[in-house]
Amino acid sequence: MKQFDWMTPDDVAHAARAATATVATAMLSRSGQPTTDAAVLKAGGIDLLDLMKEDLLSPHRLINLLSIPGLDRIEPQGGGLRIGPTVTLAQLAAHEAVRARFRALADAAGASASPQIRHLATLGGNLLQRPRCWYFRSHAHHCARKGGDTCFAFAGENQYHAIFGHRGCAIVHPSTCATALVAFGGALEITGPTGARREVSLEAFFRLPETDLQRENDLLPGEIVTAIRIPAHPHTTRSIHLKQGETDSFDWPIAEVAVALDLADGVCRRASVVLGAAAPVPHRAVQAEAALAGRAINEALLRTAARAALEGAAPLSRNAYKLPIFEALVRRAMRAAMEA
Amino acid sequence: MTAGTRSEHYPVGIAGVSLGEIERRVGPDEAPPLPPNAQLRTVGQSAPRVNGRAKVTGQARFTVDVTLPGMLHARFLRSPYPHARILSLDAGPAERHPGVRAVHLIDHPIGRAREIAGPGPAEPAGRRVLYVGDPIAAVAAVTPQEAQAALDLIQVVYQPLPFVIDLEDARKADAPRVFERAVHSESFGGPAPQLAQHGNVHGPDLSASRGDAAAGLNAAEVLVEGEFRTQVQTHCCLEPHALVADWRDEGLTVYISTQFTAGIRAELAEAFGLPLSRVRVRVDAVGGAFGSKSRVGQYVLSAVELSRRAHAPVRLALERHEEQIDSGNRPSTVQRIRLGARRDGTLTGVSIDAYGTAGVALGAGVGNFAQSIYECAHFALAQSDVFIHAGPGAPMRAPGNVPGAFAYEQIIDELAERLGMDPLALRERIDPSSVRREERRVGAERIGWSRRRPPASDPGTLKHGLGMAQSHWPALIQSNSACEVRILRDGSVEVRSSVQDIGTGVGTVLAQVVAEELGLAPDQIAVRIGDTRFAAGPPSYGSRTSASITPPARNAAYRVLRQLIENAAPSLGAAPEALAARDGRICTADGRRGLSFREAAALLRTDEISAVASRSDNYGGFGHRMGDAAIARQGLGGVQFAEVAVDTHTGRVLIERVVAVHDCGRPLNPRQIESQVHGGILQGISYALYEERILDAHTGHMLNPNLEQYKILRSRETPAIEVHVLEHYRGESATDAYGIAEPSIIATAPAVANAVYNAIGVRMRALPMNPAAILAALGRVPQQNGPP
Repeated sequence: MKQFDWMTPDDVAHAARAATATVATAMLSRSGQPTTDAAVLKAGGIDLLDLMKEDLLSPHRLINLLSIPGLDRIEPQGGGLRIGPTVTLAQLAAHEAVRARFRALADAAGASASPQIRHLATLGGNLLQRPRCWYFRSHAHHCARKGGDTCFAFAGENQYHAIFGHRGCAIVHPSTCATALVAFGGALEITGPTGARREVSLEAFFRLPETDLQRENDLLPGEIVTAIRIPAHPHTTRSIHLKQGETDSFDWPIAEVAVALDLADGVCRRASVVLGAAAPVPHRAVQAEAALAGRAINEALLRTAARAALEGAAPLSRNAYKLPIFEALVRRAMRAAMEA
Repeated sequence: MTAGTRSEHYPVGIAGVSLGEIERRVGPDEAPPLPPNAQLRTVGQSAPRVNGRAKVTGQARFTVDVTLPGMLHARFLRSPYPHARILSLDAGPAERHPGVRAVHLIDHPIGRAREIAGPGPAEPAGRRVLYVGDPIAAVAAVTPQEAQAALDLIQVVYQPLPFVIDLEDARKADAPRVFERAVHSESFGGPAPQLAQHGNVHGPDLSASRGDAAAGLNAAEVLVEGEFRTQVQTHCCLEPHALVADWRDEGLTVYISTQFTAGIRAELAEAFGLPLSRVRVRVDAVGGAFGSKSRVGQYVLSAVELSRRAHAPVRLALERHEEQIDSGNRPSTVQRIRLGARRDGTLTGVSIDAYGTAGVALGAGVGNFAQSIYECAHFALAQSDVFIHAGPGAPMRAPGNVPGAFAYEQIIDELAERLGMDPLALRERIDPSSVRREERRVGAERIGWSRRRPPASDPGTLKHGLGMAQSHWPALIQSNSACEVRILRDGSVEVRSSVQDIGTGVGTVLAQVVAEELGLAPDQIAVRIGDTRFAAGPPSYGSRTSASITPPARNAAYRVLRQLIENAAPSLGAAPEALAARDGRICTADGRRGLSFREAAALLRTDEISAVASRSDNYGGFGHRMGDAAIARQGLGGVQFAEVAVDTHTGRVLIERVVAVHDCGRPLNPRQIESQVHGGILQGISYALYEERILDAHTGHMLNPNLEQYKILRSRETPAIEVHVLEHYRGESATDAYGIAEPSIIATAPAVANAVYNAIGVRMRALPMNPAAILAALGRVPQQNGPP
């Protein structure tokens, strides 16, 4: 890890003006050596520290968002929630309103990483962390996402890689919370260096490699995620998030599923089914959602929907084993949501 | 009858089952027989660890905590290529970099197979690097950052060469060769007869074979066979390999995280041409070793060399990725086993064809498990090492026997099923060990073996299973082991040896053994260990520490106590033979005449008295001697039972419960033994289900050189574990204690595998048994493995 400056901005505008790059743009290079003149934003610093220790990122300045007051609140807003970007995963997992009304998000936050990390990691950082692909994280592999020419996963060790949407790059999106937030139709409030705000749905925010090979999202240098919004959902909505790793403690998922079902008298009025660790973005299983919408739920329908969730899957040489796991998780998540 | 010896009667057998007595001839200075634990005050009790408080409060000093004035920091330059020739190397810019105090270029790295000198193919000039991470140079600078910066200035021109990292590819005749010449056949176990070498294949070693296996297999009424594969596992010590080398004119002092202070001293004295008296090796707490810190590695030589050149102490601690790539690993194996038996279960013939890779080192054998555990006159074992361009293997907790047992204990279960026998009943027939018989009985009762159902009996998605497997490990002793006990004039007592406590608690059992002999409490004994200034103790590997050091500790305590008593006897008006140490007093048997221990010590005419004892031979002799070490006539057993649940839709194996029944001679401290058995089981489960070194076929890089993508058991994967330790008296030494470290891991993976088979009805012949492997075995993975 190289030396760096430390900056504690007073407010969002100050931080936004100081930031010259996103982590993604600061890591990008033709040569394989990261740039050393970037000033980047830091929240919990969990992923940042990993990247800096591995010399994949060498910023000259870190701008500490934790010094800005007011970014760590969870507030009701229009029947939904407005969550500050520096709310920790531990806070999210324990928050009463989140647990009561958006349980999948509380589950997802509580299933991430380890207790120690959850007490430092922020929701904003969790959504913006870089992928865990071991070629991307390897100094020796100048992969396409870092500005090189190749995705090494296609011909290499791809057991933890994507089964959907992997044109040009086979990462899976690393954020467990994103899986749940997409299921709730979550959106981001983003503030730019001029103070202008824009709102973007999370689904639109995350980018497939076919759109942008080198960034997982459309955040621009100088932009700061200032809130995560969840819209109101009918009180009849039940949600659940299931994560399956190789181990239960401190492991990344090999498959995860978030479902939100609006159920009345055994009929599913509306369904969201989102797969995590499946694609370079949180993957909405639209065929499964369509199979469920407006139908009376029974075991046969759950099986149909679970199979539908995997339509279009294109496993790589070593990750077809994920298919039966996803199918089981989707079925179990829907069943659990009905019982929740 | 040997002159000077005397006859004594020792307890022998299993307490509560078969306790009896045996007569032994012992040396004149041996402490008298120790009765069974039930009659003792301290030995056999779970005394708290002497350094437990220091460890849980963060006060314990590990090697990585050592700092000396003026200390430099060393870092390694490592090969980015799996195979390359170094065409040129310019270290000049690094040497001139501010803050740099020494640069060491590594021409002939150690810790790998050694090519035999003499005629061979002509090679161009320039060292060949043999794996990604192969050390090339080391730099010492005033800060780690300056050392790292200097490494970046070393200019190396590489000529990349073809490489091979796949075990099967490496066996082909046209595979790129790791070594151009034959290598010496010495391995973890020391020198061995020179074996053949063709390409990358070194072997086969046929030395364990006996009888006529082909005839035995032909005579079989039932034949089972299978091919088993085990992966490369890394040691994952939480404290990395680390040392501070302090070279001075008056001598060399090395603070090092090690399993063998005296061995490191001997190796460094030889390497640097120093007398033993001028090399001092020290260690306090050790944060895990598992075999990988047994010897001087290249990192040790380089740090000492840098200190010698810089005239300053040098600290070197490997980074986690260096730990994963270049600090050793458990080699992989492929084992093809054919097993022939009669219908009653008697084994008629066994044939095992095994190969595996320890990267650029030797040592990928299957141990002595199959050849030793069950009776079979006709046994053939052919084992070969295959070199690949990957980091060297090293001994790892029960080397050979862990992969060996994974395969053999499964094929034995397959035989039982073929014969329609219960796995326990088959073992009753073929296992000659009466100790394991009792262990099976206890374990079966505790796990509830009678609940075991036929394979795949559960109708639902989650399928439960019960399985068991057995352990065998030779009972090793370091005969070159000494210990000193000193009594000081104020009544304080010290036990001193260079033996090191690698976390297993040997310091605590030394205090217990000495306290028992002196009639004191363990916390009255100061434990001074981990320093070669003290009497030279044994290594902490091969599960031999307690067996090697506690008998001399007791004998030294016995002898120094005789001195104390002889000195105090006149003032008590009693004959020395009438006095004994008991409850903090030196007194007559009736307790009427006596002094406190402290008062007796105050009568000494010198500030201290001392006795040094070294390890006597086992009473009744050893089974086998190997230089400084020996093997007892009888091995160590152990039986483990696992209860698992397999989620057949997600492929997850959940270990619900493990029952472990073990023997280690006389148990000295049950809680510490239990703790070590827990460690063995957890490491064994981790090996069975999660761990695997993953190398990239295209670049030779390890893709998971960390503790994130290298999956390892953590808290939530920890099952309920129940440990039962037999009190097994053997009448073989002054303490009759043996080790438990390695026996505790051997049976775990096969017990889990046998339980998984019982759950799902499909035999898992490869490790790790992760979701991808389980789902593939169940035929649930589409495409590559057929329809779901």
